[in-house]
Amino acid sequence: MSETTLPVKARSNVSRLFFGRNANTVYALVLIVILASIFVPYFAGTATVSFLLIDAIPILLMAMPMALIIITGEIDLSVASTAGLSAAVMGVLFHDAHWNIVWVFVACIVVGLLCGAFNGILISTIGLPSLAVTIGTLALFRGLALVVIGDNAVADFPVDLTTWATSTIGGTGIPTFMIIVAVVVVIFGIILHFTPFGRALYALGFSKEAASFVGIRVNRSKFWLYVASGGISAFAGIFWVLRYSSAQSDSVQGLELSVVAAVLLGGVSIFGGSGGIVGVVAGVLIIRTVNYSLQLAGLPDTVLTIVTGTLLVLSVIAPSVTARIRRSAERKRSRTLIHDATAA
Amino acid sequence: MKLFQEGGSATRRRVIIGAAVATAAIMALAGCATTGGSSSGGSSSKFSIAFVPKQLNNPYTDVELGGGKKAAAALSGVTYSVVGPNTASASSQVSYINTLTQKKINVIAIAANDPNAVCSALNQAKTGGAKIITFDSDTAKSCRSLFINQVNTADVASVELKQLGEQINYEGDFAILSATANATNQNAWIADMKADLKSDPKYSKMNLVTTVYGNDDDTTSFQVAQGLLSTYPNLKGIISPTTVGIAATARYLSTSSYKGKVILTGLGLPNQMRQYVKDGTVKEFALWDPAKIGQAAVYAAKALVAGTITGKTGDTFKAGSLGTLKVGADNTVIVGGPTEFDAANIDNYNF
Repeated sequence: MSETTLPVKARSNVSRLFFGRNANTVYALVLIVILASIFVPYFAGTATVSFLLIDAIPILLMAMPMALIIITGEIDLSVASTAGLSAAVMGVLFHDAHWNIVWVFVACIVVGLLCGAFNGILISTIGLPSLAVTIGTLALFRGLALVVIGDNAVADFPVDLTTWATSTIGGTGIPTFMIIVAVVVVIFGIILHFTPFGRALYALGFSKEAASFVGIRVNRSKFWLYVASGGISAFAGIFWVLRYSSAQSDSVQGLELSVVAAVLLGGVSIFGGSGGIVGVVAGVLIIRTVNYSLQLAGLPDTVLTIVTGTLLVLSVIAPSVTARIRRSAERKRSRTLIHDATAA
Repeated sequence: MKLFQEGGSATRRRVIIGAAVATAAIMALAGCATTGGSSSGGSSSKFSIAFVPKQLNNPYTDVELGGGKKAAAALSGVTYSVVGPNTASASSQVSYINTLTQKKINVIAIAANDPNAVCSALNQAKTGGAKIITFDSDTAKSCRSLFINQVNTADVASVELKQLGEQINYEGDFAILSATANATNQNAWIADMKADLKSDPKYSKMNLVTTVYGNDDDTTSFQVAQGLLSTYPNLKGIISPTTVGIAATARYLSTSSYKGKVILTGLGLPNQMRQYVKDGTVKEFALWDPAKIGQAAVYAAKALVAGTITGKTGDTFKAGSLGTLKVGADNTVIVGGPTEFDAANIDNYNF
């Protein structure tokens, strides 16, 4: 706590823009892209842009509410299962119940919102720890997906839609769907960085008690974050089904780890209270770029999992190591100050 | 004091950036370290083929891929590679297909984890000029030129009945020891065996007393085999159409008084069955040779790239030691009948 007793110079907005943790993540991303273009054959090209970004879409979508949730010091591990349940519902309503596809989409989003609300009630109203609750719902929602669709796979979705989901904007290689994702990212960016609600989330992450003393509605904020997470996850599930033209009970399985890894890699502290949307977007792209370039280099999946795991561990270790260095530097400084004062 | 602070934070900043740069550099170097064999295109006799199995490190798949590798080495100018996921997931297969598209691999041979999910990626590869072959596990028909499959269901059933019939003089009680009660392959074979028993007068004196399930678990299969022989003392033979079941039953028989008296046949792996064939517990059993799948895929790829076949029903192509293979209904190539193993030939096989 020594740092709070000393005068600390706040960084200017400009310096934060170029030297903050967000900026470091972006630099790391740029560097990785450059190195991959030099060393990995076939990497440089529009095909890479298209293949890399299309797999980033579901992670990017889910990472948005996840970033906000982790900033408040909580977590949501049920995102991929929520998406899987929404995929299963989509398959059954479209194929067996013959609903119009528009109403199918609406129903899927509603299912996602309900999943989120369920998490939200358990965590905010009843006050259970989010890790325990969402590990539970990770299994629960996946189980429900199995009940809904069984071991069937639905694949006869409208071809127009599935082609559109994998289409790109002209010759740029950028997936058309990215436009929607960009809108979602901007909305979450504005909510987090430019509204009182967003600033309250940081306060919440630092200290729940302090936040409630200054008038932040802690439980209500958390509840709505989980509802948003459920809705966005369901949306990611819809995209997943259209992109692979296949809905089944194991759709989107295991993606929650990539999402959490990307958010942490993007500079959001696992202890809550810090992080930004730009960093998270860069974090998602780093994970995808590293994965895709390793795949393109023909490396087996085993190496990929090791690299992703290492990146995740590094991203959690790095801030605490720098914090420790900072603390020891400050302790040294205060000792010098005391020494100077007594000498004078 | 202020000066000191600013100096401190600048060093810190440099440390962080430095660490990020170093990490990224290590990742990128790791990425390029094994970038060796790239694809080759060009003249019609030279082509690149990449196998995408359901998952890596599966012993059965390894034998299949081994056959492909051998065939590729036998033909000059074929670049062979294998990429695939660790767990049998379709979305991960899609990422690998995308990398192959980008590398302009000429032929992609895939065992699909989902018949539809890999389709759009395969079609993209096709647009990029690649030929698509499926093996073992098919995709939707529109997404590939050819499907290379093991054997016909009917062939498996008939060879098993024939092997048992020959040894018990087409007379007496027998039982089936299967995998799980709802295993798709096994149930299809058993249904075909039952149909053969009814329709073929040769089998009129053979009586199927029961079908039991060892759940493809070694211990359970062993216990079920034990129970079978104590329940039906007149049992002449057992058919076990699963590699786990036949090995467990053989182990039980070899240590019991039934050894050599109760006939055992079915589908087994030569390496697991070798000792029981040598000690006389089992006279003969069957299985297909997975290596032939890989081999057929490589020769089919060659014919597709050269343009001598398009994959339509009725096409034929030469496949080395497999002879001439024919494309049948649904653009499917059946590699051959089941291979029968006995004391005379078992040492020629290692899988």
